[in-house]
Amino acid sequence: MNRADTVPTSRRKVTPARVVLQAFLIVTSLVWLFPLVWALYTSLRPYSDTAERGYVSLPGVLTIANYTTAWRNADLPHFFWNSFVITVPAVILTLFLATMVAFALSRFTFRFNLALLMIFTAGNLLPQQVIITPLYRLYLALPLPSFLSDTGVWYDSFFGIIAIHVAFQVGFCVFVLSNYMKTIPMELGEAAVMDGASVWRQYRSVILPLSRPPLAALATLLFTWIYNDFFWALVLMSTGSKRPVTSALNNLQGLYFVDNNLIAAASILVAIPTLIVFFALQGQFVRGLTLGATKG
Amino acid sequence: MADDSHAIRPVHEGDASTPGGVTSVFVRKRRHSLLTRGDRWVLAAMIVFPLIIHVALVWGPTLASVLLSFTRWDGIGGIAAIKPVGLENYRNIFTIYPPFDPALRHNLIWFGFFAILATPFGMFLAVLLDRDVAGSRIYQSAFYLPVVLSLAIIGFIAQLIFSPDQGFINNLIGRTQPNDLIDWLGNPSLNLWAVLLVASWRQAGYVMILYVAGLKSVDPTLKEAAAIDGAGEIQSFFRVVFPVLKPINIVILVITTIEALRAFDIVYIINKGTNGLELLSVLVTNNIIGEASRIGFGSAIGTILLVISLSGILTFLYWTFRREAAE
Repeated sequence: MNRADTVPTSRRKVTPARVVLQAFLIVTSLVWLFPLVWALYTSLRPYSDTAERGYVSLPGVLTIANYTTAWRNADLPHFFWNSFVITVPAVILTLFLATMVAFALSRFTFRFNLALLMIFTAGNLLPQQVIITPLYRLYLALPLPSFLSDTGVWYDSFFGIIAIHVAFQVGFCVFVLSNYMKTIPMELGEAAVMDGASVWRQYRSVILPLSRPPLAALATLLFTWIYNDFFWALVLMSTGSKRPVTSALNNLQGLYFVDNNLIAAASILVAIPTLIVFFALQGQFVRGLTLGATKG
Repeated sequence: MADDSHAIRPVHEGDASTPGGVTSVFVRKRRHSLLTRGDRWVLAAMIVFPLIIHVALVWGPTLASVLLSFTRWDGIGGIAAIKPVGLENYRNIFTIYPPFDPALRHNLIWFGFFAILATPFGMFLAVLLDRDVAGSRIYQSAFYLPVVLSLAIIGFIAQLIFSPDQGFINNLIGRTQPNDLIDWLGNPSLNLWAVLLVASWRQAGYVMILYVAGLKSVDPTLKEAAAIDGAGEIQSFFRVVFPVLKPINIVILVITTIEALRAFDIVYIINKGTNGLELLSVLVTNNIIGEASRIGFGSAIGTILLVISLSGILTFLYWTFRREAAE
């Protein structure tokens, strides 16, 4: 990628066209932020307040009562923990496996390099529903020791959900990482070989440390994607209390979240981890996305 | 970096230059063939282990989907109970399965809406933001915010905006009474468009991010040259910049296609993908969770989804790996 942000800023002149442009961007970005601001506003008002004054009105009271109610009544800490137990191992495993494949495919030449790379890349582009029917049957049939699953099979277990996330996301990460590793000069690996380093050592001590930037970006991206997953946990889990928080929200609606004010509070609570990514790790997230789209 | 104990290690343990057999598969790039047998095993394991996981859980089920689509199986009685039925599932889907037509049509509308409105609008925002605008970063952040949110949460936010009695729009225009309210998400001729609006909220931001990065990589002298030749801004974009960005344009086209086919979460949150919000992805899912599980039938819909998505996937593979294949 070129670094072309060095455009001199002194060229900005105030012209009518510039004013129109700024006005358009201000209005559009306000419209863009509105749904979330609206959710936040609704969540801070008690239902009684909105019932009395209507939703589009100035507030009589602002309170975080909806948040405490949602947090306690719907047992959200429990579901956040489920998400954590699924997301963290899935991200680590995906990156671990993807770095190995990318390393082998980008630093060494085999007969099937390109075909393998295509298999991984294409796999990640499949809609999830293409594979779900046989996968569901497979999950019901594959046995799992009881300390990993109380049902004795992959279905309805954390292990199964982690496995499908890893299998699916590894494709995207192999694609991004192998593109990146190709740009690391071959001489670096060769120097290590000259020093008698094994392939594993080359991977561990040369390529992995140099791949930190894309790994940080991918970790951020994977965390968001896996945390945000709704589908796998919906279909491959039947026990509501095992679901990660994003999927659980669907069940809780109507059960605990009766009015829009509560739904708004719960939605924002569930979005908080991704909002942290937005505010704190925006750069990493965007880099991860664009690494995948603009090659090299 | 390499510690001393490895410095004097013999490097000719196995003869890597032997043609044919396993060894030639692992010929080292460039002039070195210093891989020991152990190294080759390590490399093989590095590829094979992740490959098995990926193929077993992604490509295996894909292939199984295609094969099962020619059978009838309710999942009971093990594999022996699978009956081959030829094209019967497909015939049934096209003739006596009412939700299929609307589902396919909605997926096409979804793609059309993205391709004509959401995606071009995202590109348009990117082009504006690429013009050295004051506060560009802040605007980018605003447009990108929905991209980090899960589509499930976006489904909930859609309800806050569109719900008939508690939603923003009806409250704003004062149509919340039972006799005159507008049921944005319940009326089958309205709800798809309401949902598409919300889905575009995210899609446009997504495209904007990708396109901003693409535009940054365009050599600024190209645009200057076009300007010197007297090309207007619009002309110089369409004649000079847009063609140069062909690779990213293709990525964006593929993403638009795939996202339109993957659409699921929002409609499922709103009404489980019924009553005007049917999608192919929902039909597949309904054959697993819910009433009777019809594996062959569900697989056939999955296979139709596969065939459509292959157009996007193959386009992506072709344009991405074309150069490498030629090398």
